[in-house]
Amino acid sequence: MSKQELDKVAANGLINRRHLLGLGLAGMGTVASTSLLGADAGLNLEIPGWSKQPGANASGYGSRSRFTDDMQRMAGNPNPLYPGGGASRSPLHQLHGSITPNSLHFERHHAGIPDIDPAQHKLVIHGLVRQPLVFSYEDLLRYPMVSKIYFLECSGNSGSLFGPNAADGSAQSLHGLVSGAEWTGIPLSTLLDEAGVDPDARWINAVGADAASMGRSIPLNRAMDDVMLALFQNGEPVRPGQGYPMRLFVPGCEGNISVKWLTQIKLTKEPTHFRDETSKYTDTRLDRKSLQFTFPMGTKSVITAPSGQMKLERQGIYQVTGIAWSGRGSIRRVEVSADGGRTWADAMIDSHQSEKALARFRIPWEWSGGDAVLQSRATDSQGNVQPTRTSLVNEKGNISTYHFHGIQSWAVNTAGDIANVYA
Amino acid sequence: MSTLKKLVTTAAVSISLVIGISAAVQAQSLGTPVDESQLKNFDLIAQADGSGYPDGGGTAIQGKAIFERRCVACHGMNGEGTSANTRLVGGDMQSEERPIRTVGSYWPHASTLFDYVQRAMPADAPKSLSSSEVYQVIAYVLNMNGIIEDSLLLNKESLMQVEMPNKDGFIDSSQAL
Ligand code: HEC
Repeated sequence: MSKQELDKVAANGLINRRHLLGLGLAGMGTVASTSLLGADAGLNLEIPGWSKQPGANASGYGSRSRFTDDMQRMAGNPNPLYPGGGASRSPLHQLHGSITPNSLHFERHHAGIPDIDPAQHKLVIHGLVRQPLVFSYEDLLRYPMVSKIYFLECSGNSGSLFGPNAADGSAQSLHGLVSGAEWTGIPLSTLLDEAGVDPDARWINAVGADAASMGRSIPLNRAMDDVMLALFQNGEPVRPGQGYPMRLFVPGCEGNISVKWLTQIKLTKEPTHFRDETSKYTDTRLDRKSLQFTFPMGTKSVITAPSGQMKLERQGIYQVTGIAWSGRGSIRRVEVSADGGRTWADAMIDSHQSEKALARFRIPWEWSGGDAVLQSRATDSQGNVQPTRTSLVNEKGNISTYHFHGIQSWAVNTAGDIANVYA
Repeated sequence: MSTLKKLVTTAAVSISLVIGISAAVQAQSLGTPVDESQLKNFDLIAQADGSGYPDGGGTAIQGKAIFERRCVACHGMNGEGTSANTRLVGGDMQSEERPIRTVGSYWPHASTLFDYVQRAMPADAPKSLSSSEVYQVIAYVLNMNGIIEDSLLLNKESLMQVEMPNKDGFIDSSQAL
């Protein structure tokens, strides 16, 4: 089949997303399978060895195929001058769908992961309430819960893209501080109502039981909205690295305010101005004023494959795929460009998109061996459009490096090497 | 919970039912009542209005010795830091092209320094300082930044009076959509 027969929807090889599911299947009209994938005449299929002997027994706790052991989070080296501090990044370039397995969900800790016995953990709600209360883990398991799929993104994710030069990096190293999961827990409003919120209360101050006693202040109106006390992640108890036995979960907002190992909620008139909402996680503007409590994460997308540090070994059809999300709604549209943003085509996104969750997008692309710059641009249900890197940096400056949500550019050269560029 | 307390709680539930608080909410009341006085050793929150500060106090002169013993390994002899994250002194929000943001140049409230050091520092042994040691060592950090005199007795009263250079540098964006 000639190239012209594919339904080109934007320059430099982007193909109508509707061909995506049909590629390689017989009966797809003009898109014939053999000519795209190419039959190898020398191949004779045999029954493999594993089909001739019984396999392993069922086990108490599952593990992944040994052939996928290379899928790892990227964690920095331990630093004795920052005990337990650091992050591990999700392998976005190897993941598909919109749920991150718990073992590969990104982490960011400020003083390590505490080893908490749930039987001894306490959650206290006090301050400006009618009746201060203390809850045990057992108590909390008896409350009505809700399950919701949400993304979680570190405020500092993609922060290196504020820098003057494009860093050599992968989707994982540059953007891996975002993940998606189903969170199950108790609407925080249920517990606050039980304690009885005093009319003077304006803020909740949430504190974790880690060695840093991480604290964040959240306005009460937000805390009464869709915030939950999360006890389960993708069906199992929240893992220690995510706050076992319980964490706050503030949908759509910078990860740090979803305080892990939650042990204290104090209602007050004023915010505490914790160190991690003054010294850090604040956005200094070009006029040197700094924005404080900038919670929602921006409308954003990133192509996860093909992506930085990968190599296209041969010309032909590739699935361009990635994730998109918004802290202010659901993803309505993702467009992809193969020519650095001059022409765009709509990618396919799954039809049922929920609020503040990752959306997977896909579009077929034919690489014919030339230079290309792959980009994606998300639009959310509020009409917010992901900005270019240049317009974001011009607007925000780069004194602070939080909340980067500009368009990522992956340059493909004629050798098939892919690199992060500013385009 | 004591039997007496349980009875009181039950009575409170019946009263609130009578005065019309949602029965559904009350039916789920599983939390155990506590008293603020029982949270004295648990609640570390210190706010800018002076709430939450313990007794005790001291001066930067006393704090220097603590700093040199407990802080310099990570923060350097003069608070210059061992990384961008650990610099405690210097910077200027107005004159520098990319301002170095530290306790001295950036932090809007002195209360944050008490609150943070008490909960999180020294990073290799958090919560190992007494309240007076916290006052003293933060007095030294403030003194190195030229914010207070080394003879000032820092305690819950005087800490509230400390004015930070960048106190007007922040805009509350918590209600932005
Ligand atoms: C083992 C190393 C270590 C020791 C010892 C240590 N710190 Fe720190 N300190 C850190 C690290 C690392 C951070 C940054 C933590 C983070 O970003 O989560 C920090 C942050 C701070 C900050 C906040 C800085 C900012 O601008 O946000 C202050 C203030 C501070 N330390 C004070 C102290 C004091 C006072 C002592 C001594 C009593 C001390 N530290 C001892 C490692 C240490």
